[in-house]
Amino acid sequence: MGLLSDPVRRRALARLVLRLNAPLCVLSYVAGIAWFLALVFPPLTQRTYMSENAMGSTMVEEQFAGGDRARAFARDFAAHRKKSGALPVAWLERTMRSVGLEVYTQSFSRKLPFPDETHERYMVSGTNVYGILRAPRAASTESLVLTVPCGSDSTNSQAVGLLLALAAHFRGQIYWAKDIVFLVTEHDLLGTEAWLEAYHDVNVTGMQSSPLQGRAGAIQAAVALELSSDVVTSLDVAVEGLNGQLPNLDLLNLFQTFCQKGGLLCTLQGKLQPEDWTSLDGPLQGLQTLLLMVLRQASGRPHGSHGLFLRYRVEALTLRGINSFRQYKYDLVAVGKALEGMFRKLNHLLERLHQSFFLYLLPGLSRFVSIGLYMPAVGFLLLVLGLKALELWMQLHEAGMGLEEPGGAPGPSVPLPPSQGVGLASLVAPLLISQAMGLALYVLPVLGQHVATQHFPVAEAEAVVLTLLAIYAAGLALPHNTHRVVSAQAPDRGWMALKLVALIYLALQLGCIALTNFSLGFLLATTMVPTAALAKPHGPRTLYAALLVLTSPAATLLGSLFLWRELQEAPLSLAEGWQLFLAALAQGVLEHHTYGALLFPLLSLGLYPCWLLFWNVLFWK
Amino acid sequence: MAVTDSLSRAATVLATVLLLSFGSVAASHIEVCTSRFWFNYRHVANTLSVYRSVKRLGIPDSHIVLMLADDMACNPRNPKPATVFSHKNMELNVYGDDVEVDYRSYEVTVENFLRVLTGRIPPSTPRSKRLLSDDRSNILIYMTGHGGNGFLKFQDSEEITNIELADAFEQMWQKRRYNELLFIIDTCQGASMYERFYSPNIMALASSQVGEDSLSHQPDPAIGVHLMDRYTFYVLEFLEEINPASQTNMNDLFQVCPKSLCVSTPGHRTDLFQRDPKNVLITDFFGSVRKVEITTETIKLQQDSEIMESSYKEDQMDEKLMEPLKYAEQLPVAQIIHQKPKLKDWHPPGGFILGLWALIIMVFFKTYGIKHMKFIF
Repeated sequence: MGLLSDPVRRRALARLVLRLNAPLCVLSYVAGIAWFLALVFPPLTQRTYMSENAMGSTMVEEQFAGGDRARAFARDFAAHRKKSGALPVAWLERTMRSVGLEVYTQSFSRKLPFPDETHERYMVSGTNVYGILRAPRAASTESLVLTVPCGSDSTNSQAVGLLLALAAHFRGQIYWAKDIVFLVTEHDLLGTEAWLEAYHDVNVTGMQSSPLQGRAGAIQAAVALELSSDVVTSLDVAVEGLNGQLPNLDLLNLFQTFCQKGGLLCTLQGKLQPEDWTSLDGPLQGLQTLLLMVLRQASGRPHGSHGLFLRYRVEALTLRGINSFRQYKYDLVAVGKALEGMFRKLNHLLERLHQSFFLYLLPGLSRFVSIGLYMPAVGFLLLVLGLKALELWMQLHEAGMGLEEPGGAPGPSVPLPPSQGVGLASLVAPLLISQAMGLALYVLPVLGQHVATQHFPVAEAEAVVLTLLAIYAAGLALPHNTHRVVSAQAPDRGWMALKLVALIYLALQLGCIALTNFSLGFLLATTMVPTAALAKPHGPRTLYAALLVLTSPAATLLGSLFLWRELQEAPLSLAEGWQLFLAALAQGVLEHHTYGALLFPLLSLGLYPCWLLFWNVLFWK
Repeated sequence: MAVTDSLSRAATVLATVLLLSFGSVAASHIEVCTSRFWFNYRHVANTLSVYRSVKRLGIPDSHIVLMLADDMACNPRNPKPATVFSHKNMELNVYGDDVEVDYRSYEVTVENFLRVLTGRIPPSTPRSKRLLSDDRSNILIYMTGHGGNGFLKFQDSEEITNIELADAFEQMWQKRRYNELLFIIDTCQGASMYERFYSPNIMALASSQVGEDSLSHQPDPAIGVHLMDRYTFYVLEFLEEINPASQTNMNDLFQVCPKSLCVSTPGHRTDLFQRDPKNVLITDFFGSVRKVEITTETIKLQQDSEIMESSYKEDQMDEKLMEPLKYAEQLPVAQIIHQKPKLKDWHPPGGFILGLWALIIMVFFKTYGIKHMKFIF
């Protein structure tokens, strides 16, 4: 008889699996972590190369010389802005028209769900100004965007000046085959979101905006610029976007080509590029850059205007000018030349950027790891969950060998003996209650903020965060209460069935998350998988409880904040860390409502209920 | 009588000249650029440069079929509209008022190219789009674009293989559409395109061997693209020194662009050609030169009714006097068609077949038990 249908052989197989399970799990977990750490070493990390033929085989000569003009525009803009307090719309319109663009404005407004403490805004209304440079001899079917987000905290006046000077220079050339849109947004990312939604005629986030009067064709690529000083020592590039989306790697390669051509100092994640990758120093620095990218991608925040463009599959980057204490400085002409070169090469494109990778990790500006090489890391981690689930299945099956049906698992109910029915019921209750807690965590904080402010002396934002934490902690008290609700006939192996379901649930969720946002999936898997595998009612309960709390999603968030600041060489003390954590919670909820970031719903509706199930397993009576 | 005598003498001399010039060799050209898109500017520039050279050497537009797959002069990305430059710093504009493009843009397809070669063209096609050649024509075919081992890419959507091209040339031979054919190709792995020719009187040149890439030349930052390919650039430098009277032969053309200049190794093939390349003048193919032999012999033409008869007889006499013209020796086509197929090397069965058989054997032993294995060993 076959291997799987012969009961004798199957029992032998089951015994083998059960015996080898623990060592295999440990090995698999260690392999996953080791694979991730090995990603920075040469065979797994490759040099970047330009994949798009239309951009690679051409060379351009940059002729931008409008540095003085850019500085003059910047000074004017700063003066007008200080005078009016908001974006000087009339001045921008006049200047763009004098440079030769078709100018349009768009007004938008939004009431945030609760006041934003970091940006100090609640009812936001503003105006975006944009000018279109039409291609002289082509139909306006495609366009490129150069955008400068202006907020109250960062005026970006030099960026606006450079934008206007570049517009004047581009207007004098006849080789443009695509329209170029020069966009200045108010309230930085909110304005960008309003413009993008109106441009693509969608309404994803509930922004109220006036429709756009002028359009320029499908956007092929966008560059966001943030410059606040007349001279820069380096240019920092940000690629991670909303929900961990990344632009096509060719856009980054293009930027890096022009960094090298112009001799500019370019950094990624604020870190310089290691020169040699053969000794240990290069890879170690690459590991820091890689970890920073993983943390930023996992947070799912749009780190700059470009992050919002990615949702519409428009490849975009943000360039930030950094002015530090280095000796050698570059003026606006150098930055302008780099931008001119990038736009000229993007002009040569015939199709959207599609030749290079969309999913990658960057240990350095000229090194990347492709998805085929980094996926096994999370695969090994999820294998642990699979192995544990297999072990539980075998154990349940052995325990229920007398019956013909598989024991305890939720399935279509055939005429069950009484123990089966209880098994099923004892699973449904914890599942439903955990999901309900997750739903409460998602909905209540924002809904109940006004009630909270009435009864407690806190501001709305603080109320939201504190409600969040309160509901989270209340979930810890659940197991002691649910057993009073459910009948006390829960059989001993009920916890096995619950753990089996919880393991499969966790594996599914982490698998799906890892496919679209590898960093988030990997980070959560590293922390949640070991304790999820270990959770059981027997054994040192307090130790397991402490471990489980330490690896819950909120604690992972706290830990990753500390790690992030540590990697940026600005370590936090505990109190500062706690404040940052509270601010991050508020930002997370806010970004979900304003831009559609998915971290908050994923954690509250998906991972927190799953984690609660393990907590239930731990405290099973 | 003396006047009529001298007149008749003049008439006979004229007749002689005309008769002998019946043996002239006209050249026809086909120049094909197969690449579209702005970054393939250099292929269009290659083709237009060759076109310009052969026009300078006297070939009229009626004898040139020029096929350009894309319009670089009016591309919105061209910073100098209505020009196509072939030397950097914009020294030489090869696109001018007298460029006659016969097949443009999407008309450059493999089908149209083969129809032009073989003459199977719909009756409504204008004369400028036909290859008007006969059995006394020398034809030059110049092709450029992106190619690989055994194929040339047309328009980013289709390919012509070396076998198709060889068969087309054979059709041309059998339809008596050429006397001698010179085939020049400037693509990557260009030598693979002439490997399969089997018709007589073909000489071929390519810019690179199989496994080598042909490189581009003349990067121009103002326009933003490469303007020429290396091989064609040096061939053009060579052609600039040819005038209609020059005696340079094919061996000199084979020496153009050695590996030190071209980085790739240009190749040529002359085994199908009847004459020795050192006796073949460049102007046989690139220029429109009619071979005229002046003879001192006179033929008496008698007037009136006897003119017809005697001229007919004298035609025959003249034919005997001239060296007999006949077709070059044909290759034994019948033998080639019926020859035995080459024995290919035996390769062990591939992975799929092995896997399939392994599966079948495993299932067999599974069903009937492993004890049957011992009957095998």
